[in-house]
Amino acid sequence: MSEEKNAIEIKKMHKWYGDFHVLRDIDLTVKKGEIIVVCGPSGSGKSTLIRCINRLEEHQQGDIIVDGIELTNDVKKIDEVRREVGMCFQHFNLFPHLTILENCTLAPIWVRGTPKVEAEEIAMNFLEKVKIPEQAAKYPGQLSGGQQQRVAIARSLCMMPRIMLFDEPTSALDPEMIKEVLDVMTDLAKDGMTMIVVTHEMGFAKQVADRVIFMDVGQIIEENTPHEFFDNPQNERTKLFLSQILH
Amino acid sequence: MSEQTREYPVGESPELPAPNHQPGAVKWVMENLFSSIPNGIVTILGLAFLYMVIPPFIQWAFIDSVVLGAESRQECNAINPDGACWAFIYRRWDQFVYGFYPADERWRVNISFILVAIIVAIALVERLRAIKGIIWVALALVVACIILIVGFFGLERVPTNKFGGFMLTLIIGLTGIFASLPIGIVLALSRLSTLPIFSIFATIFIEFIRGVPLITLLFIASTLLSYFLPPGTNFDLLVRVLIMVTLFSAAYLAEVIRGGLAAIPRGQYEAADALGLSYWKSMRLVILPQALKISIPGIVSSFIGLFKDTTLVLIIGLLDPLGIGQAAIADVKWIALSNELYVFIAIFFFIFCFSMSRYSLYLERKLHTGH
Repeated sequence: MSEEKNAIEIKKMHKWYGDFHVLRDIDLTVKKGEIIVVCGPSGSGKSTLIRCINRLEEHQQGDIIVDGIELTNDVKKIDEVRREVGMCFQHFNLFPHLTILENCTLAPIWVRGTPKVEAEEIAMNFLEKVKIPEQAAKYPGQLSGGQQQRVAIARSLCMMPRIMLFDEPTSALDPEMIKEVLDVMTDLAKDGMTMIVVTHEMGFAKQVADRVIFMDVGQIIEENTPHEFFDNPQNERTKLFLSQILH
Repeated sequence: MSEQTREYPVGESPELPAPNHQPGAVKWVMENLFSSIPNGIVTILGLAFLYMVIPPFIQWAFIDSVVLGAESRQECNAINPDGACWAFIYRRWDQFVYGFYPADERWRVNISFILVAIIVAIALVERLRAIKGIIWVALALVVACIILIVGFFGLERVPTNKFGGFMLTLIIGLTGIFASLPIGIVLALSRLSTLPIFSIFATIFIEFIRGVPLITLLFIASTLLSYFLPPGTNFDLLVRVLIMVTLFSAAYLAEVIRGGLAAIPRGQYEAADALGLSYWKSMRLVILPQALKISIPGIVSSFIGLFKDTTLVLIIGLLDPLGIGQAAIADVKWIALSNELYVFIAIFFFIFCFSMSRYSLYLERKLHTGH
């Protein structure tokens, strides 16, 4: 039964890009409902790590078990995991040729086989939750960055995922739009979603995260509660990183 | 000093109408045609050229021309020796349109044409939801071919070597266009496939077809192919030509579409994957709609090229309008009326090609979603 509580288990995982060893000996267990913030300098492998969780990147050694399903080359299992894991990207990656509503209903209709009317109802619910139901008929190109990112979150939520991955969701946004996206993510965290967030928003980490993970050169260097992580960092590299970003 | 030059207090500048940009005709002419001495000279030379070309053409094609009341070139000359002898086109009209399709059966061509035209129009206006549109047009073309060829309900069976004229051009052109699009898409996807069998096959196929002139392929279709096929197989020449034209166009389209696919950001593929869409669904719902939209200008120019290339079939003995026309101006009655012939055929092709080009612009505007 104890295993049931783990949303994600990563054991001794390694990944290479060609000869380059990007992820080294990653061990990480995420409990259901846990909010994890991953930070670290650029090129440290944090995006690659979360992209391995839904198999946008393939790992070469070790195990990744998501929601009880082990990720292997089995396409069926990959699809199963992707249905349960939502992802938001730095550049939103909305489908520009579809309206906001169509963006949100595409996967439920074609992957889950939800009837169109029902899918639209669900989509409108989530668009309301991210506070832009009035934009449903517009195209992504007509929305601001912050609005697009909120739509991207709603689009993922429409698949009713159990886990959400965020890959630097606010890095491409104008400063005044960051808060609206973080607010939506905070609401989501309060609702009990399991989340892994790669971000440099330390305010968000302090306020929302259960655990903060610091990565450098492909390894997890430090892992702690936000309170301990910010007030009492153990590792020299963590201290250096924090001094650089917390001005 | 800055306070003196300020027209409005800080933060209270009102919204003003844009300055009026509608100069009069004279001003427009001065700005656009005579803005400098060299420009003025070029404008005058251009006008002089148009004056030299257009009025004589109008005189020849319309004012002095003979349409009715002449049975031969001599009679045309007798009426007005300086004008175009359109009577030639008028008397030969049926042949230009139907080739040697039996005169009593020509209503079948008309019905087929109307059927295909209606379906194509619906497919184009209802928006090219690619797959559905292509399936409908393909069905219409098949039905049209059955009406044209097969003798049913006591109708006469018409062999394809009686086909000719614009009817033949449209058959080859439309079949080529609608059959090559799906094949081109599949080839483009195969070439980008991570599975080597597909990408190698597609690459070889595309490079071979593109590396060989269409005329060579048509010769292969008309002569060489019968050596490769088992003896006794009688494989209709028109069908062979249709296959070759389709493959030729598909190879070019594949490269145009590959360009469109390459322009789609990787994030689109990743977002589709992350949502759990399978390869085919993500292609069909996310990637291809965008890639094809980007490729519209290239695709349409391929189609225009294909449509004009259909005239090459005259070399292997099919009687397209050029073939019919060349036979017609060899006739003693209408000997050497090549000006009339080529002007007429040029107008026909221009109408179709220009329509395609306008349609592509319309489609681009229609599919634009502000990104």
